[in-house]
Amino acid sequence: MQDIMSSVSEWLLPILVGTILVFGYLRRVPIYSTFVDGAKGGFATAIKLIPHLVAMVVAVTVFSESGAMGILVQLLTPILQWLHVPAEVAPLGLLRPISGQGALAFMVNIFQTKGQGPDSYLGMLASTMQASSDTTLYILTVYFGSVGIRKFRYALKVGLLSDFISVLASVFAVSLLSGMIHV
Amino acid sequence: MIDFIWLVLFIVGIITAMFTGHMNNVADAILKGSEKGVTLSIGLIAVIALWLGLMNIAEKAGAIAWLSRVLRPVARMLFPSVPADHPAMGAILANMSANLLGIGNAATPLGLKAMHELQTLNPDKDRASDAMCTLLAINTASITLIPTTVIAIRMQYHSAHPTAVVGTTLVATAIGTVAAIILDRLFRWLDRRRHA
Repeated sequence: MQDIMSSVSEWLLPILVGTILVFGYLRRVPIYSTFVDGAKGGFATAIKLIPHLVAMVVAVTVFSESGAMGILVQLLTPILQWLHVPAEVAPLGLLRPISGQGALAFMVNIFQTKGQGPDSYLGMLASTMQASSDTTLYILTVYFGSVGIRKFRYALKVGLLSDFISVLASVFAVSLLSGMIHV
Repeated sequence: MIDFIWLVLFIVGIITAMFTGHMNNVADAILKGSEKGVTLSIGLIAVIALWLGLMNIAEKAGAIAWLSRVLRPVARMLFPSVPADHPAMGAILANMSANLLGIGNAATPLGLKAMHELQTLNPDKDRASDAMCTLLAINTASITLIPTTVIAIRMQYHSAHPTAVVGTTLVATAIGTVAAIILDRLFRWLDRRRHA
């Protein structure tokens, strides 16, 4: 079962690309020129994102490099601990919406720590937290930035609150399933 | 809102640096950060171009129309303000499918296409529409069937069960996504009441 699952994740992308191409060809779509025509839009979209990403990345980098991010995580970790999120992974949950790379580095750090390999309870919890959420701040910046939306309304609140729920849901899911699948 | 968050990140960062003695790091961060922002954007060109190209084929071949028919009931419930036959609906469905499959970074370009289509329906171009907020809620909760990146890293660190995370992730994202949709509706309702 496990072999099948790891193959699935490896094969998924090539199979999907192949299917789209074969399907298009059979439906008599001029696949090459249609691809090129669609791909053209990629350049303009990415260029449009530059100012938005520069603005947000600079702010987040200043915040984390100053040590403010570390202090914030230290302040909030007890709250997460109180909600049964172990102190070892609590910072990951707090980093996840702000910095995808930071959270990923944190997960790897847990994998490397003695007694906390990927298959331990903490390793599974870190993996699940990393996989089940996304970098909310960047998604908002990129999605709204690409069309020039400045008034986000309640979108950030919803994003951050659902990230918080995802962290708690990860603890729940790992506690629930780790007994069943012999982690 | 975004003005305030942006200001707080800078000011709190600078003030903290004064007390922690990290001012040189902050000065460095300002320059390095902007460089990173540009690199990130340029890096996106490849993946956005690839998926927009493939999506164009899928669309011309009628695959998106088929997918839309299958997922229409769900999408109609989530996005009542988007006409079922509008291109925005196709893009939203493609974005949701990519999120579900967790394929590379395919979800972002498709989501951007959906945003672009939703903007054509938006009466106030500065302000996020209801449908845009829902799209964001779904994307930030990122419902995932197969967390490819995490599985790959678990393999790298000699996990005996790298894919064990599939089940737990599914439960966690399902809860997170349902919560996001409920919160989206709740805040919209509060928003309406405040402005009514």
